[in-house]
Amino acid sequence: MSTSTNGKYRVLGTRPRRHDGTDKVTGKAVYSNDVQLPGLLAGFVLRSPHAHARIISIDTSEAEATAGVHAVVTGKDFPNVANKIADLGEGSINLSNLSDNVMAKTKVLYKGHPVAAVAAVDVHVAEEAAGKIKVEYEKLDSVTWVLDAMKDDAPLLHEDVFTDHMGEKDETPSNTPTHLHFEKGNIEEGFAQADVVIEREFRTATVHQGYIEPHSSTADWNENGRLHVWTSTQGAFTARQQTAEILQIPISKVVVTPCEIGGGFGGKIAVYGEPVAAILSKLSGRPVKIQMTRAEVFESTGPTPGSFMRVKMGATSDGTLVAGEAWLAYDAGAYPGGMIGPGCMCVFSCYDIEHAVVDGYDVCLNKPHTKAYRAPGATQVAFAAEQVVDEIAEQLGICKLKIRQLNAASEGTRRVDGPVYPPVGFVECLAAAEASDHWNTPLEGENVGRGIAAGFWFGCGLKSAVSLMVNHDGTVNLTEGSPDIGGTRTSIAMQLAEVLGIEAADVVPRVADTDSVGYTDVTGGSRVTFATGLAAYEAGIDLQTQMKKRAAGLWECAEDDISIDQGTFSAGEKKAGFKELAQELFKEGEPLVARASVAPDCATNSFGLHLVDLKVDPETGKATILRYTAIQDAGKAIHPSYVEGQMQGGAVQGIGWALNEEYFYGDDDTMDNASFLDYRIPTMLDVPMIDTIIVEVANPDHPYGVRGVGETPIVPPPGAIANAMAVAAGTRIYELPMSPPKVWKAMTDNS
Amino acid sequence: MPTVFIPAQLRSLTNGASQVELQAETVRQIIEQLEQRFPGIAQRLCDGDQLAPTLQIAVDSSMGSRSMRTVVKDAREVHFLPVVGGG
Repeated sequence: MSTSTNGKYRVLGTRPRRHDGTDKVTGKAVYSNDVQLPGLLAGFVLRSPHAHARIISIDTSEAEATAGVHAVVTGKDFPNVANKIADLGEGSINLSNLSDNVMAKTKVLYKGHPVAAVAAVDVHVAEEAAGKIKVEYEKLDSVTWVLDAMKDDAPLLHEDVFTDHMGEKDETPSNTPTHLHFEKGNIEEGFAQADVVIEREFRTATVHQGYIEPHSSTADWNENGRLHVWTSTQGAFTARQQTAEILQIPISKVVVTPCEIGGGFGGKIAVYGEPVAAILSKLSGRPVKIQMTRAEVFESTGPTPGSFMRVKMGATSDGTLVAGEAWLAYDAGAYPGGMIGPGCMCVFSCYDIEHAVVDGYDVCLNKPHTKAYRAPGATQVAFAAEQVVDEIAEQLGICKLKIRQLNAASEGTRRVDGPVYPPVGFVECLAAAEASDHWNTPLEGENVGRGIAAGFWFGCGLKSAVSLMVNHDGTVNLTEGSPDIGGTRTSIAMQLAEVLGIEAADVVPRVADTDSVGYTDVTGGSRVTFATGLAAYEAGIDLQTQMKKRAAGLWECAEDDISIDQGTFSAGEKKAGFKELAQELFKEGEPLVARASVAPDCATNSFGLHLVDLKVDPETGKATILRYTAIQDAGKAIHPSYVEGQMQGGAVQGIGWALNEEYFYGDDDTMDNASFLDYRIPTMLDVPMIDTIIVEVANPDHPYGVRGVGETPIVPPPGAIANAMAVAAGTRIYELPMSPPKVWKAMTDNS
Repeated sequence: MPTVFIPAQLRSLTNGASQVELQAETVRQIIEQLEQRFPGIAQRLCDGDQLAPTLQIAVDSSMGSRSMRTVVKDAREVHFLPVVGGG
């Protein structure tokens, strides 16, 4: 279902078959673990069993002497990387920390931190040899909860980290690398105006992106000094840059081939095994593959932050939100640089609140370095703020949808971090909710509840490049640099087809390696259909301009006499569609090629609203999702099935985050549930069909009005489910996950 | 003439002023003029002659640029914000 304010298009908004579909459903698509090369060795990474320890010594002699072993590496084999900050396009990173995370040098900061690696004839020999490596540790005290890590007497992870207050640093080291502070209006004045004030504290657990395909990287360091990496990554160019920086070799010496990718969600932007496999390859003279197990994925790759949040909001008796205050502490894991910035910027982003203050803290502790997970940092704050909004509505006796409509952010609303919104579609999402069958169908029964919650994500532009080659028959090969995670080959091809007046099937999209296409930033930030699609649009215009000029020669008329309407070229009596003209021009002269590169500096600003009905079993505390509707402004849904897929996927991941998922840590601060048996993500048996309503309020920064859609859908679910749970269970739960034991206890205590 | 919003954490350098109007064509000129009026503010916003790696610029509603050459002469507002990565 969709509600549109956009014009009608010939290709956009239709549902053609995806270009990579057949290869994927027949098993022919090449994923990173499918890569096979002559002489390929298997790598195995030895990881820290401790949450925090100093490395005293590493003895690899016995491992090196093992039959079948070709190379062994430790931190000493990695070049010294300066304490330099590298701009990776979508955020910056400290290269020294990145290198340390790939292979520990002096300290291990979490269980699973790599300390050595072996390349051998097969993974069993490599694992056996790794077991012979003797690592002497000095165990250190550890900490895994943000509030504990912020205490003055907390175990210190980094002696060179001092709290930064936007360029001003504290004088004593701490586990808090960053403090952010935002203000809007006058917070005292705001709360003085309020007739009702609600303040609550919230806790959320560390959760993992849970992509089905584990990380796998193959490296082949040739004798000519060129390194070829095949890997599962959201960004081949950023993987190239990180690998080159860690190895201290020129970027031009590295080529990265992005294989098909079985999910990423923000967790496959940083490199892990790539530089390790590269050094093993250099030492052995053979290609080396490192394939992670699921336990390694959980224990060693970026989960997303656990958090502590205190949120206070005030409203006047008519429901107008007049003040908002938030204090947020997000765990960054082992190294500085978590998701606190967007957390601060998103906590009140759905509402027009005149007075607001937000403080945010990035906190290091003994977990893997946290990474983005779809709308990084926004889901946690929505879980908090959306519950406070609900409680205000309850106290004032106002409909929970009405209070959101009354305060909804719209064009011109200023966020707490400063900027005002351009045209956005939150009001339209709320209207779609009000008109929906779900909202208008009464929910009846015992221990059932309905909840709603809103969500926002920025969406970004960054850099994208594409090139086009026109074939003899007028079909077009489209080369792009965006790894295809959610059907973007097709959504980009469709935008080109729309420009050129051909069918999506007439475009042959290919995701190329870093030697074969212009620089392209990551598939992340909800940017690919927007920005790489924009590049395809621009390349199509370039192609049409060239063809128009050559058609003038072909038709013996002035270039200005030729018009183009929906891809058809015409001048007086002369008329030709794209394919027909392309065939004629090929006979007449040089082949047609075109290219475009773009770097739009803009956010695409996508809002969503989710409705959920659930039933809770008072005997066990288990919640069952009865009905779920996700509503979102897509700007223009290029391929509605893929937009719906993003909305459904985000909702299901959010349901898992809300009800089940968490890292359990034992007394020794090491993870106890590093498998999908014990870390419970939802399966198709756990959720109903997720209904979707696509709202289309055009984004003025894109020729077709596209907004990014991939991240917003994970923001509302925990808040919506918490609000439904409050009704169903008769008591509110302020901690994620709302797992059965917690719900049962809350219900029991309440009764 | 854009209005430059002073980040809350830097307002101790601007005597509490939360925004100033500047005659500037680029972000570099904004920072130079801010430094003239509020000494010490440039080193809080920059790393050498580049924008601090943790920051991005918002010009009106457009976010994402990190270039000191970002054109602002026709902008109504300029903001300095934390960098936002996506997933």
